[in-house]
Amino acid sequence: MKTYETVIGLEVHLQLDTRTKIFCGCVTHFGKDANSQTCPVCLGLPGSLPVLNQKVLEYGMKIGLALNCAINTFVKFDRKNYYYPDLPKAYQISQYDFPIAKKGSLTITTGEQTKKIGITRAHMEEDAGKLIHSPEIKCSLVDYNRTGIPLVEIVSEPDMRSSQEAYDYLTSLKLLMEYLDVSDCDMEKGSLRCDANVSIREAGNQEFGTKTELKNLNSFKAVKAAIDYEVARQIKMVEAGERIVQETRLWNDEKQMTFSMRSKEEAHDYRYFPEPDLVPFTITENDIEKVRKTLPEFPLEKLDRFIRQYQLSDYDANVLVQDKQLAKFFEDCVMQWNAPKKICNWITSVLKQELNKRKINISEMRLTSGYFVGLIKNVEEGVVSNLVGKEILTIMLDTGRTCMSIIEEKGLRQVSDDNALGAIIDTVLVENASIVEQIKGGKESAIGFLVGQAMKKTQGKANPKKIGELIKGRFQNG
Amino acid sequence: MITRKDVQYIAHLSRIHLQESEVEKLTNDLEGILGYIEKLNKLNVSAVKPTSHVLPIENVFRQDIEKPSLNPKDIMKFSTDNDGKGSFKVPQVIE
Ligand SMILES: [Zn+2]
Repeated sequence: MKTYETVIGLEVHLQLDTRTKIFCGCVTHFGKDANSQTCPVCLGLPGSLPVLNQKVLEYGMKIGLALNCAINTFVKFDRKNYYYPDLPKAYQISQYDFPIAKKGSLTITTGEQTKKIGITRAHMEEDAGKLIHSPEIKCSLVDYNRTGIPLVEIVSEPDMRSSQEAYDYLTSLKLLMEYLDVSDCDMEKGSLRCDANVSIREAGNQEFGTKTELKNLNSFKAVKAAIDYEVARQIKMVEAGERIVQETRLWNDEKQMTFSMRSKEEAHDYRYFPEPDLVPFTITENDIEKVRKTLPEFPLEKLDRFIRQYQLSDYDANVLVQDKQLAKFFEDCVMQWNAPKKICNWITSVLKQELNKRKINISEMRLTSGYFVGLIKNVEEGVVSNLVGKEILTIMLDTGRTCMSIIEEKGLRQVSDDNALGAIIDTVLVENASIVEQIKGGKESAIGFLVGQAMKKTQGKANPKKIGELIKGRFQNG
Repeated sequence: MITRKDVQYIAHLSRIHLQESEVEKLTNDLEGILGYIEKLNKLNVSAVKPTSHVLPIENVFRQDIEKPSLNPKDIMKFSTDNDGKGSFKVPQVIE
């Protein structure tokens, strides 16, 4: 049986997080009334003139630099012509032969392996409008609010060899863009969209097979599933001696299948030509350096630094770095109290769980780094037990109050007074006489049960280690 | 060499419906235009800077500052059809 190699290239469209559109002053808010954010420019009315939003060029350069691309010093826009009601002008202003950035790479991690994926180019363009199909009244409704929202399209080389690599590429790219703060990267809102070019070839073959372009991929999971489906479909065709047709296929998430979209084939003849309404742009070395200076620390750099500087495990450092806000919160805490490992543990185990439970992210919570550090310190210093500490955290998240005020109000101070604990242990021993006999008979593991009983009586306020020691002491003294 | 098929293809891409006689005429016209371009291609232009825009200006920007948009009610006045709630209505397009 023949073995096949999968070849994947991805095209990612990213909506930029600017206040206004790429060529006009309309705002870019999501989900507003139909056509309430449109003007003569983005409606393509005769006589209107587009002018480039400076922020878009800046963001385009940022993205290019973050992807290790060369920034073109001469940049221009072109018209991409096609007829579809989502385009009021019947062309999209895009970039053809002089895009903002070209020839870069993105490092991805798949399992233990890292791999460099080539970036062919990144270019700026305007988004199209939104069509709502309404089969019952046999028409489509058109909303041009999205028309003219700035996009950067990032095109990869066909360097990925599995659906998992494609998935990891998207994860890495999204994280990098979140760090750059150029897009909210929200797939549900459509601010990050992905098309996949997929082909197969016999293992060892240098030539590429015929590719299909997969569209309508609404999540990273869908990208992975669609590629897997498509690869299996192509192998089946080749094995049956059939020819693969170069075409666009739509992913159907419900049926988990791709379907041919034959009707739009000719649309690939876009007859690009220079956009006469926009003048060209020259970018100097100085401009590039200025933007380079604004670049943040990238995820991979931060990961390395967290492991080195704070001696965190790869795993822990990764959990923090995967969420820019979480990483910042961690460092805010460490600045106030130099106990990175303890803080990291509290964040990755307890705090993250609580946030997940509440379905909020770290920037939405009512807990400051200062209050959080206060809580961990109180636990470390034995003012409250670990268990009570976790309870206090949930109250802090609900109310935004300080740890101390909650401790005082609810009387949660850890009981570590020997006399008080001694009395509780007395009661526990009497109430569990049969267990006591078992322990005396050599079943030392049952001590844990007694500790649990004593903790219950203090409502978790005691230090379990201390109780364990006291109970053990009772048995040693006979 | 421009053929009738080329003209019909471009007309289709541009959503232009041509009469038979127009196809004939346009084939000849386009052939003439491309012939002229051929002539230009033969000129020595090594001393001429490439032009991508007719105006000798570059780097024209606007700041990322919002301007008022139009009112959907006014926009709908120049729609051929709309849904009464601010959306344009077009013949059904199915993806
Ligand atoms: Zn506008």
